[in-house]
Amino acid sequence: MNALISFIIFGILVAIPWFGVGVLGLQSLFGIVIPYICFLVFMIGLIYRIVYWAKSPVSYKIPTTCGQHKNLASPWFKHNRLENPFTTFDVILRMFLEVVFFRSLFRNLRADLYGKRLIYGSAKWLWLGAILFHWSFFIILLRHVRLFTNPVPGIIEKLDYLDSFIQSLGVPPIYITDILILAGLTFLLLRRFIDSKVSYLSYGSDFFPLFLLIGIGVTGVLMRYYFKVDLYAVKQLTLGLATLHPTIPEGAKIGTIFYIHLFLVSSLAAYFPFSKLVHMVGVFFSVTRNMPNNNRYKRHINPWEYPIKHLSYYEFQERFKDKMIEAGIPIDEEAKPEEHKWYTMYGPNKNI
Amino acid sequence: MSLPKPDELLVGVNLHKTPSKTWMDIKAELRKGMYCGIVDPKTLEELDLNTMGSWQPSDEKWPLPENWKEIVKEEIRKRLEKHRSFKLFMDICVRCGACADKCHYFLGTGDPKNMPVLRAELIRSIIKGEFSTFGKLFGRLAGARKLTEDVIKEWFYYFYQCSECRRCSVFCPYGIDTAEITIMMREILLQLGIGTDWALKPVHNSYYIGNHVGVPPQSFKENLEFLVWEFEDITGIHIDLDKYLNRKGAEILYVPMSGDYFADPGIYTMLGILVLFHYLDLDVTMSVWAAEGGNFGYFNSLEMAKRLHSKIYEEAKRLKVKWILAGECGHMWRVWNQYHNTWFGPFDYLEVPKSPITGTVFEQAKENKIVHICEFTADLIAHNKLRLDPSRNDHLIVTFHDSCNPARAAGLFEEPRFILKHVCNNFVEMPENTIREKTFCCGSGAGLNAGENMELRMRGGFPRANAVEYVHKKYGVNQVIMICAIDRAVFPTLLQYWVPGVDTGGLHELVANALIFEGEKSRTEDLRRRPLKHPVKGREEPTEESTEEEG
Repeated sequence: MNALISFIIFGILVAIPWFGVGVLGLQSLFGIVIPYICFLVFMIGLIYRIVYWAKSPVSYKIPTTCGQHKNLASPWFKHNRLENPFTTFDVILRMFLEVVFFRSLFRNLRADLYGKRLIYGSAKWLWLGAILFHWSFFIILLRHVRLFTNPVPGIIEKLDYLDSFIQSLGVPPIYITDILILAGLTFLLLRRFIDSKVSYLSYGSDFFPLFLLIGIGVTGVLMRYYFKVDLYAVKQLTLGLATLHPTIPEGAKIGTIFYIHLFLVSSLAAYFPFSKLVHMVGVFFSVTRNMPNNNRYKRHINPWEYPIKHLSYYEFQERFKDKMIEAGIPIDEEAKPEEHKWYTMYGPNKNI
Repeated sequence: MSLPKPDELLVGVNLHKTPSKTWMDIKAELRKGMYCGIVDPKTLEELDLNTMGSWQPSDEKWPLPENWKEIVKEEIRKRLEKHRSFKLFMDICVRCGACADKCHYFLGTGDPKNMPVLRAELIRSIIKGEFSTFGKLFGRLAGARKLTEDVIKEWFYYFYQCSECRRCSVFCPYGIDTAEITIMMREILLQLGIGTDWALKPVHNSYYIGNHVGVPPQSFKENLEFLVWEFEDITGIHIDLDKYLNRKGAEILYVPMSGDYFADPGIYTMLGILVLFHYLDLDVTMSVWAAEGGNFGYFNSLEMAKRLHSKIYEEAKRLKVKWILAGECGHMWRVWNQYHNTWFGPFDYLEVPKSPITGTVFEQAKENKIVHICEFTADLIAHNKLRLDPSRNDHLIVTFHDSCNPARAAGLFEEPRFILKHVCNNFVEMPENTIREKTFCCGSGAGLNAGENMELRMRGGFPRANAVEYVHKKYGVNQVIMICAIDRAVFPTLLQYWVPGVDTGGLHELVANALIFEGEKSRTEDLRRRPLKHPVKGREEPTEESTEEEG
């Protein structure tokens, strides 16, 4: 049901530019105005999101440690710097592996219950699907730089060449990433239908971005291999967008498919900051990953820490004095009552 | 309520089958045996907390305060503003499901709301439904729902089915930590006046009497006396307790866990530590007031955790010690390792910890000046300062249970293993996916070790027990060693249920049993009077024949 509604919304998103450009001929609206607006929404939205997170302080240093800690007193215990960072450099390494290679996901296991026995098996498919999709997406984005630059940077051309080294007869060279991204996305989508647990916890908002991305991928592939858009005209348009001199190339046959592709990309960009897709930036803020496990070594300061109410030894000793003397436990004659200002977030005395 | 037999408990559990209704349409049905009762109003009042009067979760209508919705919303907002962790974790989950089958409560119940992702959705959906325009607009499609009284019941039920073990956080690609979410949610419930008897009574005890179990100072001493008498009876070695209690000017303050001077088998760990101190003639003392290293406050709110542990540093100051030594305990070590310095530092009145026996400086505790007993003992062994005869533990085939928080909130993996390998000859590991950072909770952590929620405990502890059963059958393991007082308190019940014939114990109990004292007498029993495999020959007169070689 969730998936169906998402798919219908996706269908509407495809229909809008098809109708808008194909029937009404609103090239400027779909080629210039909407992309600009959506790009702005993306940028502003993302900055807003980052500021929103950054406004909340990191209250405590709470890394999740997945390996041996650094024992400076007994250094022969081999410190696992990647899984239990001690220095900022260790943290950078850990984050690098996390962001670039999805290290935590690579650990994934699958648990099965056979009668009264639990069996754990390796489960790297999710990792593989995720890696295929994210890396392909990243490379495809880079490849698209050639549409927004003139002359095209050499490195982008090289990337393009590498990506399409499989030459085939008659048709344009096939991009490897085109195949991989669709494979990855299809896997991620099928998983949401087939795996009972994942299916159970999926919302419409989990299917929607997958449909969008698949839609973007498919229209992109269609444009290249099937509907053959006028690439020269497309580049005129995209370069115009990038250089802030947007024009719709006159008389050129760009094709509605291009506008559908562009509209889906625009939708994705505008949707991005308000959805779970912000995990792309959020992962860098994750306090269980981006902090060293060294609070005994270097104090983490919580900006809103406050003095709390507590009982003093004096009060305790007053209560148990006789019993303590009887039991032969030393009494502290110097113990004094103490007063201090305290705050609490709880109960009837709540004062912050 | 009666607990089903082990063979029946898991019959209905299917990890790959989900209900036909979506989870938002399933009201939490509070099943007896799965939750704990509510604490009496007096306890709450004396801890300066709100109360909803006398009531129980089984009541059809909960006596929520009139403005409960405003309170909950305000408390959520406040926590989003105060903790980046919570705010971020509410935003970035993609529901990939990697965490789904990592939770021991899910593995033992098959209840989808025990999948960490859905546990978090219980609050995430409310934040979307109450605060976010997008969420309000798209409702369920975006995973949003409204706050109702049923949601509060659901929160109570499921956030007290999380033991804050952080296993899910290991597997999450963004490090989302359900423990953090559970802490926030229990705080919010507490503000309404919802707190369990089992998690709050110990707080009250610790706050007013100094330890969770409410043992007054004279009984604390009596319990220790009993232990050292036993030890003297078994080994002929006399330990003078006086220097270990409330003595000013000692070099080290040791903070014990009440579980270790309250009940079997924790008491043997306490004894082990006293024996070690005596062996070393260590200049150490314990406060009869700060006689609780553990922290049940942490299972209710961060503020309460801080209120309970401030006495450790007050006492360190009063007793004029140089540094502080922590015992074997799980969530305790998380609180010490990750929070203490932020809460109570800086500690100019203490000195950087230095072992008086080996001269080793514990540089990793440069600022906080607290050392874990495993770090301390590992250093002693590495410097050959302990004469150990591991064959004295030959009657045991042991495995080591990594307690959740020394594992995933500290990384204390090698020290206990190093110590174990030096004090016993038969040590085997449980299966790889159930140890170290992937270790399974005992099923009773974070204030869930009560009697009334026994079914939950047996279900949650099942993955752990299952791994113990594996090594029990394969290698004949008959003792599980652990460095957590809650573990020691709950494992006997857990293993009795799932793997009868396997004992529970702390690490330093084995250390003490392997220690060779000058002047010790012959004995045929270990420190808890189980028969030894090789009787110990007394060392009144040193002989040539020697068994004390280290492994």
